[in-house]
Amino acid sequence: MSQSNIMPGFRPTLGFTILYLSLVVLIPLSTLVFNSFQLTWDDYVAIISHKRVLASFRVSFTTALIAAAVASFFGVIVAWVLVRYSFVGKRFFHALIDLPFALPTAVAGIVLATIFQPSGFLGKLLIDNFGVQVAFKPLGIVVALIFISIPFVVRTIEPVLLEFDTSMEEAAASMGASRLQIFAKIIFPNIFPALLTGFALSFARGVGEYGSVIFIAGNIPYVSEIVPLLIVTKLEQYDMEGATAIALSMLVISFLLLFVINLLQLWVRKRSGQF
Amino acid sequence: MSILLSDISKNFGNFSALDHVNLEIPEGELVALLGPSGCGKTTLLRIIAGLERADEGKVLLNGQDMTDEDVRNRGIGFVFQHYALFRHMTVFDNVAFGLRVKPHKDRPSEAIIRKNVHDLLNLVQLDWLHDRFPDQLSGGQRQRIALARALAVEPSVLLLDEPFGALDASVRKDLRLWLRHLHQDLNVTTIFVTHDQEEAMEVANQIVVFNKGRIEQKGTPSEIYDHPSNDFVSHFIGQTNVFHLEKGDSDWLKSAGIVLDEPRGITAHVRPHNIAVEKQTDKPMSPIFLKDWQHLGATIRLELSREGENGSAKTVFAEMPNEQFRQLELAKGDKVSLFIKHAHWFN
Repeated sequence: MSQSNIMPGFRPTLGFTILYLSLVVLIPLSTLVFNSFQLTWDDYVAIISHKRVLASFRVSFTTALIAAAVASFFGVIVAWVLVRYSFVGKRFFHALIDLPFALPTAVAGIVLATIFQPSGFLGKLLIDNFGVQVAFKPLGIVVALIFISIPFVVRTIEPVLLEFDTSMEEAAASMGASRLQIFAKIIFPNIFPALLTGFALSFARGVGEYGSVIFIAGNIPYVSEIVPLLIVTKLEQYDMEGATAIALSMLVISFLLLFVINLLQLWVRKRSGQF
Repeated sequence: MSILLSDISKNFGNFSALDHVNLEIPEGELVALLGPSGCGKTTLLRIIAGLERADEGKVLLNGQDMTDEDVRNRGIGFVFQHYALFRHMTVFDNVAFGLRVKPHKDRPSEAIIRKNVHDLLNLVQLDWLHDRFPDQLSGGQRQRIALARALAVEPSVLLLDEPFGALDASVRKDLRLWLRHLHQDLNVTTIFVTHDQEEAMEVANQIVVFNKGRIEQKGTPSEIYDHPSNDFVSHFIGQTNVFHLEKGDSDWLKSAGIVLDEPRGITAHVRPHNIAVEKQTDKPMSPIFLKDWQHLGATIRLELSREGENGSAKTVFAEMPNEQFRQLELAKGDKVSLFIKHAHWFN
């Protein structure tokens, strides 16, 4: 940083950033790591390799991944409609998108559980017509996670679509590209890095989500019990070590997954000349 | 491919962008659509391309009615004002795009695509940049890549929207000449939009002057410059001095030796180089004096003012070669007499 910058203040801002990250993120998380030192390695492995724990990890990460993928797909469509078209009630829909951000997640969970339970409005419809039960199954968790993570995708894609130079599409069309080709070769590559960010945010939120999930999941051990619930259960039983071990594993896996997504993003950007 | 536009109208809300435009462009021409901003010239270009639909009228390409045809099937190449290069693709992939999106049966093999793309990049003299991304290029390079990309699909009409608008002056000069030569080599019907009359004069064989959604005049650069059909064209093309007889400018014309007994109109337009200036030594009574002068390069521009009475605020511009100005030995404030060699009269 020897070159002079128009905006001075590299040192104070970096200092602030480090202070902030330390106070808010690193120190709380490091206590988790330090707490886990009370465990021996064998204890740790024993807790983690318990079948119920492994099952909950599988449930948490698969539902979060599926939900993030579905939310990404629909999020792109929603963002596309909101950016590209003008229609009556557009502002209303705009406000609606952010509602899952603001709503207490427990409220969302209760509402979803009510309509998707076998006697509920949508639940009955799905069971009668397709034989699909949503509530109290892993599918219910996916539904709840999609609900809370869609705004992440929409709000990350939206600015990119707004900035997108539509003359690129016109240029592609003038060279004979079909609509599908224009989307696949021009639009999608340009929104893909942002889509990955949206996916990562959805996934991160989904893995950590508690409030909305526990009401609709049924919380059946080995089937629809999520990791955060297991941690809370352990804490309620004053099993500090167990809770810490599970929390630490979750932290490590989430961090690794997000790291991989970030690397992927870097690779995509590099490959497409956006640095 | 020849282009025929008949009775094209286009409105944006209450604003009439094009008002019953008729235009015929023969095959192989290099045409400039020239006009001030907001005059409808870009809209017309986009209607020819099929990027915009006309409210009324027909677009015929090579005698075929293409009015409702999609841009994909018109066989045009379009170069956008801000290039619209695909920023996530290399220069090579940008140029290859048009060939790679062709349906399977028409798509050339990858080897032929590679050869064609390199040929085009050589044509625009930028083959050495083939693996760069658009963000890494200068404006002039981007413009030439955009042109190569448009040419890749072998269009029968090339349409350029303000092709040099975003470039700096020296690059613009080079590219103008280059485009003219490229057109001579390829001989593809080319239409470009510009608001810069100098650019239109320098590049095009034919100029179509637009104003407020209508065609004011169409002709070769010489026709337009030497015989402007109305005062808008005369004023828009090149520098001109405007004299309104009704507003007391007749004094100017009298002192400049134009006979006013039979004026051929109510306004006279006089090009700066059509005003001859002589130094006044024996008759110091002349009311006209040299207020200021500027060196424009090959010529000197003289700012001439008139002392006292009505219309005194007006300044008249004259231009003459450097050599001639030096011989006159004029200094600021010197009295001069004027002779108008030629004027265009309009009503």
